[in-house]
Amino acid sequence: MSYLEYTVKTVPTGLRKALYLNWALVVLLIAVSSVGFLMLYSVAGGALQPWALPQIQRFVLGLGIMFIFAFVPIWFWRNISGVAYLVSLLLLVLVDVAGSVGMGAQRWIDLGFMRLQPSELAKITLVMLLASYYDWLDVRKTSRPLWVLIPVILILIPTALVMKQPDLGTAILLLLGGGVVMFLAGVSVWYFGVVLGAGVGLVAAVMTSRGTSWQLLKDYQFKRIDIFLDPGSDPLGAGYHISQAKIALGSGGWVGRGFLQGTQSRLNFLPEKHTDFIFTTLGEEFGFVGTVSLLMLYALIIVFCVHSAMNNKDRFAALLTLGVAATFFFYFAVNMSMVMGLAPVVGVPLPLVSYGGSAMLVLMAAFGLVQSAHIHRPRGR
Amino acid sequence: MRRSPKDTEDSSRKISRRALLLGVGQAALVAGLTLRMRQMQVVEADQYRMLSDQNRINLRLIPPARGLIFDRNGILLAGNEQNFSAVIVREDAGGDVDGVLHRLADLIPLSEDDISRTLRDVKRHSAFVPITVSDRLTWDELSRVAVNAPALPGVTPEVGLSRHYPLIEDMAHVVGYVGPVSESDLARIDSPDPLLQIPKFQIGKVGVEALKEDDLRGTAGTKQIEVNSVGRVMRELDRKDGQPGENLQLTIDAKLQNYALARLGDQSAAVVAIEVATGDILACASAPSFDPNKFVRGISTVDYQDYMTNDHRPLANKTVQGIYPPGSTFKIVTALGALRSGALKLNDKIRCPGYIDVSGRRFHCWNHGGHGVLDLEGALTQSCDVFFYTVAQRCGIEVISAMAETMGLGVKHDLPMSAIAEGLNPNKAWKKKYRKQDWLIGDTINAAIGQGYVLSSPLQLAVMVMRLAAGASVLPRLIKSVNGVEAPIVPARPLDIDPAALGAVRAGIWGVVNGARGTARGARIEDPHMIMAGKTGTSQVRNISAAERETGVVGNDKVPWNQRDHALFVGYAPYDAPKVAVSVVVEHGGADHQAAPISRDVLLFALNGGMPPLSAFPASMRSAVDAQQKSMQLRDFSASTVARART
Repeated sequence: MSYLEYTVKTVPTGLRKALYLNWALVVLLIAVSSVGFLMLYSVAGGALQPWALPQIQRFVLGLGIMFIFAFVPIWFWRNISGVAYLVSLLLLVLVDVAGSVGMGAQRWIDLGFMRLQPSELAKITLVMLLASYYDWLDVRKTSRPLWVLIPVILILIPTALVMKQPDLGTAILLLLGGGVVMFLAGVSVWYFGVVLGAGVGLVAAVMTSRGTSWQLLKDYQFKRIDIFLDPGSDPLGAGYHISQAKIALGSGGWVGRGFLQGTQSRLNFLPEKHTDFIFTTLGEEFGFVGTVSLLMLYALIIVFCVHSAMNNKDRFAALLTLGVAATFFFYFAVNMSMVMGLAPVVGVPLPLVSYGGSAMLVLMAAFGLVQSAHIHRPRGR
Repeated sequence: MRRSPKDTEDSSRKISRRALLLGVGQAALVAGLTLRMRQMQVVEADQYRMLSDQNRINLRLIPPARGLIFDRNGILLAGNEQNFSAVIVREDAGGDVDGVLHRLADLIPLSEDDISRTLRDVKRHSAFVPITVSDRLTWDELSRVAVNAPALPGVTPEVGLSRHYPLIEDMAHVVGYVGPVSESDLARIDSPDPLLQIPKFQIGKVGVEALKEDDLRGTAGTKQIEVNSVGRVMRELDRKDGQPGENLQLTIDAKLQNYALARLGDQSAAVVAIEVATGDILACASAPSFDPNKFVRGISTVDYQDYMTNDHRPLANKTVQGIYPPGSTFKIVTALGALRSGALKLNDKIRCPGYIDVSGRRFHCWNHGGHGVLDLEGALTQSCDVFFYTVAQRCGIEVISAMAETMGLGVKHDLPMSAIAEGLNPNKAWKKKYRKQDWLIGDTINAAIGQGYVLSSPLQLAVMVMRLAAGASVLPRLIKSVNGVEAPIVPARPLDIDPAALGAVRAGIWGVVNGARGTARGARIEDPHMIMAGKTGTSQVRNISAAERETGVVGNDKVPWNQRDHALFVGYAPYDAPKVAVSVVVEHGGADHQAAPISRDVLLFALNGGMPPLSAFPASMRSAVDAQQKSMQLRDFSASTVARART
């Protein structure tokens, strides 16, 4: 379906588009981000610097980007999805070549005013490309091996590049995000069964490769898996992160110690308290009520996205919206599982809450795409 | 490519179906996460809360202020002094600790060694740990550091408390000193007091400080502080103040103690003065003394070597630790023992030919010409040896030994002082047990005049003469009150001796000082209200060989100092109403026998409550005494801290 086929007259134009924005989604995004500002303010010891204020500035910038992206017709995004994908691949390669080394992993390109993590960008461009691929592909060919192989390769290229950085968390998100789009597009469940089986085999292979010459993961990645399986084994060493995170979360109780009263993060017992482990501070200061509230806000964002996609007859728009929503879902689900000791520590931030420019801007851009899909959805007929 | 509407419809339905499946999966995951949160934050919350508190709350001890020690008149003997020090915190020093320290060295005395030690300590600890650069700064130095603070980033002046002994060496042997807890202290002390675990916490090492440690220390306060993961103190959560140590008041009269020590001068000697009625130890001076403050600060090797190599042994407390053959002062015991056993009657007379032969051995009187016929009073006055050889033979060693114990010799008195010696009252069983030999009659004869095996400390001798004066077994005491509560005086039992016998012995030693033939006539007191009675003694340090005896014994002034005899004196005054008893031992002081004049002067000072008036001395001596009094350097107590109105 080309843009000519849209019943253009029913699609809002100009500034009138603002009326057709999914405002509920905007409010939810602001709410979730505000939780982030509060927590960043708290972990800095009750100060706007060094995290809360830059985060607010980026969120405002992100809102601007979201509105711009939202006002651009969805077909434009479909048409440039291939280019966007190639650009992000190029940036990923560039990171390997020119990226700075930070925290033992090469992950970003210094743009001067901010550090760009191309892996964040890749999560969205991959979803865009796959959505437009399935929009373009004849539905009847969806499950044919050749036409399945192509998206698999499209997923594996950025995944491999990200793994090389190494960034296990993003690699997993890429696989899950791409896989979800394929699943939604209708690829036969048998493929997923096979992949699942292969995955189990791979895990077995990875675990047996340990200590051999063809070891598949870095030593620290193995260590993290060990610690996930038994955090008590090294409570003051590498297991320290998980133990302290669980103490922070658990000590919150029903309603928490109160805003700015969390001791674990303010006393530096928590590692990366402003990024990957920020959820623990929320748990400590606002307790079960606080953590469940944030989870519900996240869930509502997903619900609104899914609702929007369900009412969108444009295949690209629906797939893109669901793909973005799924990626967003995996972000917070993996992060929460990680800090609660349900998954290994793989380095996934809490979306819109953790301190970080790339993730914030890319996510806001992605929700811009979702908004664009919402505004420009086929109407009438 | 074009698609039919059906395609689109189809794919839309497929997306919807798959989306629903995905949604169910996601909802299940969200439910799972919620359950997990509930498990951690609701079900197991208490456990995690406990772990969290353990993480962050640290209990620190607040050391209590150590109890003060005063003399009987409230003069401060041991106090807590503010101690100024400079500390440096690396993270505040702006990276240039070395530069800051060198700038600091321009302001306060700081050697290169100090600087390198500080640099080493600074590197060894975390950036926020304060490291002491210099201890015991003067107020001036502290002010200089404070004024120059902008040029000294990271350096802060600090004020702490440390033990101080304002009377310096006067009370060193009695009060002792404190020092940091050592490994051996911890092994010795069976106390769970957590204070002892504080690094550099000071406890009593010697003297009252050590023996009354439990009273003086007080109990620790606690503060709960919140620390972060690297131990930095973030804030104080709770504070419970401790109980300061109890203040002790000693029976010592600091002015008398100071006078006694000054009167002993540079001799190696000891003085003990006791109040007759109560047993209060008024002075307990051992000369030479030492500066306990040096030990509190950590004594330098040079100073310590000085003390250790000094042949006058300044670190030894000769009053309780030094044991000497009591010499003729022991004749008081021999006389009382013989009288109590009935072996000697009050009017018995014995002839002294200058010697006595016992089982083939000849024992000489100090007066080789002999004293002629003497009664007990005369024998004491002239200190006739033969008289006491004879009565000892009659009554036997067991009687003498038992009397010595009655008089407080050979008994370890229960006083809070270090290294109190028991001394020795020899008897047959003792010799059998420790020397594996039978008791010989010669041993009894030697013991009769306080030679041979008999050993007593100046404290014991003072107790002996005090009991003679009091006629009761008064116990010596050193602690007058604790926190203002008077220590109870145990009522003294009357001595199990016939008062007539006591009177005879007292009359005998009155003669020693006041009689025409008395051995200490030169030390008599003229003031009729302060008449002194006492007994001289000389104890041999070297054995005089038979060959030397034949060629004539070399005089005390002709042998090296450390081979001269010890000079002893025990006495009390006033004779008719005894108030103070005293004992003096001057080591190797046999040449000019200073023990009696020192005793006289200490007694007079004690009775007079200050420098004795010249009128108390015999007219012929007044100019010499006057010159001596004027040359003495006594401490000025007008600047001393005195306890306010104590009960």
